Amino acid sequence: MNHLLPLLVAAPLLGAGLLIACGRRLPRVAAESFGCAVSAGTAALAIWLCLNSSPPLTEWVGAWTPRNGTSVGIVLVGDGPGLGMSALASLLTLASLAYSWHYFDEPPRRHAGSYPALMLLFQGGMCGFAITGDLFNAFVFFELMSAAAYALTGYRVEEAKAVQGALAFGVINSLGAYAMLMGIALLYARTGELALTHIGRGLDTHGGPDALTLAAFVLVLTGLLVKAAAVPFHFWLPDAHAVAPTPVCMLLSGVMVEFGVYGVWRVYGTVFSGPGGIPAADLERALTVLGILTGAVGALMCWYQRHVKRLLACSTIAHVGLFLVGVGSLLPEADDGVALYLLGHAGVKAALFACTGLLLDRFGSVDEHALHGRGRPLRGVAVMFVLGGLALAGMPPFGISLGKAVTEEALGGPLTVVYVLVSAVTGGAVLRVAARVFYGLGPQPRVGSACETTGAGEEPETRHRLSRIPDTMRAVPALLLAGSLAVGVVPGFARIVARSVNEAGSGGALTSAHWTAAGVLLGLVSTALALALAALAVTRPELLGARPWTLPLRRLQSGHIGDYVAWVLLGTTLLGALALPGILTG
Amino acid sequence: MTVLPYLVAVWIFLTGCYGLATSRNLIHAVGCLAVCQSATYVLLLAVGYRAGATAPVYSDIKPGSRPVVDPVVQALTLTDIVVGATVTALLLSLVMQISKRHGTVDPDELRELRG
Repeated sequence: MNHLLPLLVAAPLLGAGLLIACGRRLPRVAAESFGCAVSAGTAALAIWLCLNSSPPLTEWVGAWTPRNGTSVGIVLVGDGPGLGMSALASLLTLASLAYSWHYFDEPPRRHAGSYPALMLLFQGGMCGFAITGDLFNAFVFFELMSAAAYALTGYRVEEAKAVQGALAFGVINSLGAYAMLMGIALLYARTGELALTHIGRGLDTHGGPDALTLAAFVLVLTGLLVKAAAVPFHFWLPDAHAVAPTPVCMLLSGVMVEFGVYGVWRVYGTVFSGPGGIPAADLERALTVLGILTGAVGALMCWYQRHVKRLLACSTIAHVGLFLVGVGSLLPEADDGVALYLLGHAGVKAALFACTGLLLDRFGSVDEHALHGRGRPLRGVAVMFVLGGLALAGMPPFGISLGKAVTEEALGGPLTVVYVLVSAVTGGAVLRVAARVFYGLGPQPRVGSACETTGAGEEPETRHRLSRIPDTMRAVPALLLAGSLAVGVVPGFARIVARSVNEAGSGGALTSAHWTAAGVLLGLVSTALALALAALAVTRPELLGARPWTLPLRRLQSGHIGDYVAWVLLGTTLLGALALPGILTG
Repeated sequence: MTVLPYLVAVWIFLTGCYGLATSRNLIHAVGCLAVCQSATYVLLLAVGYRAGATAPVYSDIKPGSRPVVDPVVQALTLTDIVVGATVTALLLSLVMQISKRHGTVDPDELRELRG
């Protein structure tokens, strides 16, 4: 069965190649159906392998197995989390291909295959990153998924904003990737190995951590945290998500950013967690500080946006902060919680983006203020948007709520407060948009700041403004929300996730993940807070409106590549400073 | 074993970053990104270097007769170059499109996305 692992990468890549080669001759329906079929097939394979992934599958590609403990081959590792992430990525690719069925303007003449081909490349890169057991290949797949994502972000090349956002995305992410490669080279210099587990063993036999270990750790984490959009590496994300076509946003926010968090978890767990790596206290300090900062900045930025796609993008930043806090605690229970949270978040966030895409294509705007009350006729979409907002705020029994409850219980204390506040603010912002756009509540806000992207006057992505919403575009967000609900309510699902995460991560310390009274109560508290915030914002806009002290924070988001690069360097330095104490004393 | 190649790699990387941060032209910025990437080539090749060793090609030397440099890092560098060429080409085409749509390639004048 382990021989099937490479297919998860090969099938989408082959499909993409075929689409590029035959795209000129294929009619559009055939190209899009083929894309859907390939991504569905890969998703089915990933799920089937995932269900059979205990004990973990290992495949040395081309039978280049290690000899006498050293290896030059490439290893793929199919354990629960890796295969689960590739299943999630494949399912979301399928969802966004189905959503974009006949969605874009007429594709470039005689290139009907290029969009589905890029999506399949993206899927192949993500699946590869999920199951690779080799650090250099992690870099290659990281770049493969990034390059496909840059191209998809700038897919509407005629739009000024789209190409600018795609360039910022490309430059910052590639810089992160090169930093990661520097770290990988240092690790190879120390251990002579590239397979993750072998590097970890090599570091441990070498003795305690020193400056080289620290430098490698900081550089590798810089790359992964740029992908995860942790503050202060996050500036590319709102720019890219605001301009990417909606189906691409679903993938970027739903799963690509989360791959950064997954990478941090995987790399720390297999490479740096031994006695020769980075002491646990240092990782905990670094990720907790960065996570809280990310959550706070993301939530604030999210609250003050009026461009709905940017608002959702900033809420992704905020939630990534919470993931990082959970992963940074290094508790097996928190790992389970974050895994469930991530699954639930992917469905909800993709569904919210899909609903926003409907607004864009119906009204040619994603500006909360301009759309005031215009969404009234879209009753079904309104229900989905409100449900998405409530789920984001942590309302039981959605998957997000279960994941958060499990994590909060593991973390305890003040970090629980961070969890409740961040989810309340992000959920509240979404509910505020829903109340204004779909129900026309409150006065129409008139204030605007000079330094913001409004989202008015965007080009619809469909051929004409939609007068009637196609069934596929309605069904996809509904199914995604249902999936997110299923994560929370299907009995036994949480137990399976917890078992496979613990088997791979914490060396067999089995814990269970289930609903508890305290968790439900915390979820209800954050939902109530979100509702209260949204109600207050709608009825008394001036009370929670822009404050002078938030202006500098928003000015930082300047759209200038040079500024973003400077922030990445500052972030790397900060990461180094946070991880330094353990090296000095150890 | 000298520390010089490692210092050179760090210096090239930081030079590229400085260029990126202060760039006034997007084509120059993409070039600076390529400079950052060259630092990874230098670092990888420095890692595999052995004093007195020759190229790892066994067409004219007997295996085991002479030390050779590490072929793995050379394979990594080649892969890295391929990745870099793709990314640079893609980014440059985006810059072309920016120049068409915005009428400028100065990042200071791009003011579409803020806040």
